[in-house]
Amino acid sequence: MTTTSSALSRRSFIKGSALAGGGLLLSFNWLASCKLTPEEARALPKEWFQVNGFLKIGDNGMVTIMSPNPEGGQNVKTSMPMIVAEELDVDWDKVIVEQAPLDTEAFSFQFLGGSQAIRRGWNGLRTAGASARQMLREAAAQAWNVPVGEIETSSGTLHHKGSGKSAGYGEFASAAAQLPVPESVALKDITDFKIIGTSQKNVDAKKIVTGQPLFGMDTQEEGMLLAMIIHPPAFGMKLKSFDASKAKTMPGIRDVFKVKVLEDDYVRQHFDTCTFLEVVAVVGESTWDVMNAKKAVEVSWEPFEAYSEERVPYGGPAMTLNIPAGLENSEDHRQSMEEMAMKGATVARRDGDPEAAFRGADKVLERTYTAPFLAHNCMEPMNFYAHVTNESALLKGPLQKPELTEHALSERLGMPIENIDIQMTRLGGGYGRRSYAHWLIEAALISREVNAPVKLVYSREDDMTGGIYRSTYHATYRAALDKDNNLIGFHVKAGGIPESPLYANRFPAGAVENYLAESWTINSNITIGSFRAPRSNFMAGVEQSFLDELAELAGKDPIAFRLELLERAKNDPVGERNDYDPERYAVVLELVREKSQWKDGPSQDKRGVSAYFCHNSYAAHVLDLAVDNGRPMVQKVTCAIDCGIVVNPDAAQNLAEGGIVDGIGNALYGELTFKDGVPMKKNFDTYRMIRMTEAPKQIEIHFVENQIDPTGLGEPMFPPIFAALANALYQQTGKRQYDQPFTI
Amino acid sequence: MANFNLNINGKSHTVDVDPSTPMLWVLRDHLNLVGTKYGCGIAQCGACTVHLDGTATRSCMLTVSMVGNSEITTIEGLSENGDHPVQKAWLEVDVPQCGYCQAGQIMTASALLQKNPNPSDEEIEMAMNGNICRCGTYIRIKKAVKLAAESNT
Ligand code: FES
Ligand code: FES
Repeated sequence: MTTTSSALSRRSFIKGSALAGGGLLLSFNWLASCKLTPEEARALPKEWFQVNGFLKIGDNGMVTIMSPNPEGGQNVKTSMPMIVAEELDVDWDKVIVEQAPLDTEAFSFQFLGGSQAIRRGWNGLRTAGASARQMLREAAAQAWNVPVGEIETSSGTLHHKGSGKSAGYGEFASAAAQLPVPESVALKDITDFKIIGTSQKNVDAKKIVTGQPLFGMDTQEEGMLLAMIIHPPAFGMKLKSFDASKAKTMPGIRDVFKVKVLEDDYVRQHFDTCTFLEVVAVVGESTWDVMNAKKAVEVSWEPFEAYSEERVPYGGPAMTLNIPAGLENSEDHRQSMEEMAMKGATVARRDGDPEAAFRGADKVLERTYTAPFLAHNCMEPMNFYAHVTNESALLKGPLQKPELTEHALSERLGMPIENIDIQMTRLGGGYGRRSYAHWLIEAALISREVNAPVKLVYSREDDMTGGIYRSTYHATYRAALDKDNNLIGFHVKAGGIPESPLYANRFPAGAVENYLAESWTINSNITIGSFRAPRSNFMAGVEQSFLDELAELAGKDPIAFRLELLERAKNDPVGERNDYDPERYAVVLELVREKSQWKDGPSQDKRGVSAYFCHNSYAAHVLDLAVDNGRPMVQKVTCAIDCGIVVNPDAAQNLAEGGIVDGIGNALYGELTFKDGVPMKKNFDTYRMIRMTEAPKQIEIHFVENQIDPTGLGEPMFPPIFAALANALYQQTGKRQYDQPFTI
Repeated sequence: MANFNLNINGKSHTVDVDPSTPMLWVLRDHLNLVGTKYGCGIAQCGACTVHLDGTATRSCMLTVSMVGNSEITTIEGLSENGDHPVQKAWLEVDVPQCGYCQAGQIMTASALLQKNPNPSDEEIEMAMNGNICRCGTYIRIKKAVKLAAESNT
């Protein structure tokens, strides 16, 4: 057993016990807002007792567990409460899960992003469950007049062996809720887990398959109006003027007006990226009315001047962003990246004497890779519900970083945070896009202007052409081999528009005596944001493609070649800042080698391998490929992953499968190009997404079994699959892939 | 604006809307049947799939004036208690990730099985190819369609 007292959970207990001051707390909000299945309704207790911020226990032993983080398909709404239930020691079928609202006092890190929910929530969730269990034991001990240490629990029941007394949690819920929160509690031994490590079904699945309202798009409220926006058609343009006289007379239209999303003097934080500072809002009674009226608004646009903007990046010091004027073109981007790659760049890491290594090399391999801008294309377009009055603001919808957006909204409305209530709906996909919730602010400003509740909806076109993309990237890799084919020098120079993808301390840094990593950027007025496994989603693909080609040049088996480098990093690491654990890295490679029945050798038959470390987890793939009439058909992906303890194995497998399919789709088809600042794709007729016929026929996921605290899973599968596919394509076609999207 | 009598999920409804209004928005905005989803509006993603006289149809391109006396079934009307074989298979396989595309997937799959109770892998792939899932649940969708087919026979 481990004992824990974490500052993170303390806050939620202070809040929890304050709420529970009177012992009984009936949450009317909750009952009103929660749509229950008939079985749930029958099982409902007469009274609920809030034991702490994470959970309440009913008089009949039912337990409600709050899921603190936004749910966007990573399954946290099931797996986070499973962790609480484990330590509380209740049966999972006695648990009702509820989405928590944004509450910075009760919960911390209510984020969806960086594959961090389970990793960062782990201790707090366990402590929440364990502490409630401890309070129930205390309550029973007092009632039965026996030492608390003699009270055991199992499946939601308290027992005292000596006296033979036993009672369900429901009987002591009221008393427990009045007890002080324990200073520290004992956590279960990992080997005693009963719920964690078992596959439990998605708690929202029934609602999803029966079409019940769950998503922000589904919000319907009394008196609610519909709103859409018109944003500039091109990056580099801004609103000049508009004439809505015709649109305003159209059926169902209430108003058309300009919205200024952020004030000029507002100092933006990391997730306050907002592409178009001024947009035109069209408000009416139904979506179709508004869609029609949008076409009737005559808007003129004008180019904007170059400007600079102060930014406070997440966890970093303030910086200045320079936004150039002009209408950008993808062809020019390519050319300027090529030119930039020839110039000097910022050295991010240097080990040994790389120049000398290259001078003395027997063989040198140099390759350049590129990737385009990508749009997130969440299936649920951006949207948000807002009801803003002079006194308060109620916001409801899908977003990834509610806590940070709340700050921006409070500033913009000039309203204290206490008067703002942000509620989270299920996200129809996020992948990073919904971290930048400028549309929440737009919805709030529109609601305030029309003095009514409003649901703001982006059309697919508004969404896809609205910016906040994955950057376009460029990387040149060089490697030096000695005459015995040992890797003696490695050089990566990576950059992008407008962001550099470089991770200087990732593999093979640490495994090569002479190493140089350089970085550069080119400014742009095309806005970017996090995209599933930011930067790694490029670096993994190109690094692992390059290593494959390098292994071939060295005449070595690609897995053995990587393992040899990892061996060096383990036994005699170069430098101290290497951000990966070579042992865990090697384990996933060895596991995938075994499970895929890999046959050693420099030439592989129609299969490719790749491995990567990011978001605290290790993933390795072997991809088997066929080409049918010029179309690549992925037959099978075998995958090994080390993400520590797996909370909900089947759901984890689902997420891993999704990351693989998504990666293959983006590698083959993902691309957004620009002409005179205009995005060249606006909808799914031209922006190609992977479909069922193109998905792998089979995916096999193997989790490394260990007792390490859980780490990320939403992202780590995604980056390395690009290279597994590129390397398999090479084995099939004899052609290396240097530019995404891949072509045969 | 005009009045339309519609037969949806076995009930008749009257709506007063512009004749060019797509059924998607009639369902979502006027009848509060929000299970049918908007994804693209141009018949490319399948999120808005309903049954029109039993045939899978993209409701974003089906105007209200085209419906006439045809029967429309939405995800809410696919079964009384969420126990259509396809819905049951979806739960059994635990298909959804974000879940946004899944109503459309289920409507396409259930129309396929109605016409072809025992589809081959290829027939499933072809029928489902109009439905995008950005989360990448295709492998599970295929598995669930097969499971539903088996449980039907
Ligand atoms: S919304 Fe109808 S097919 Fe996409
Ligand atoms: S489950 Fe998310 S789009 Fe299909």
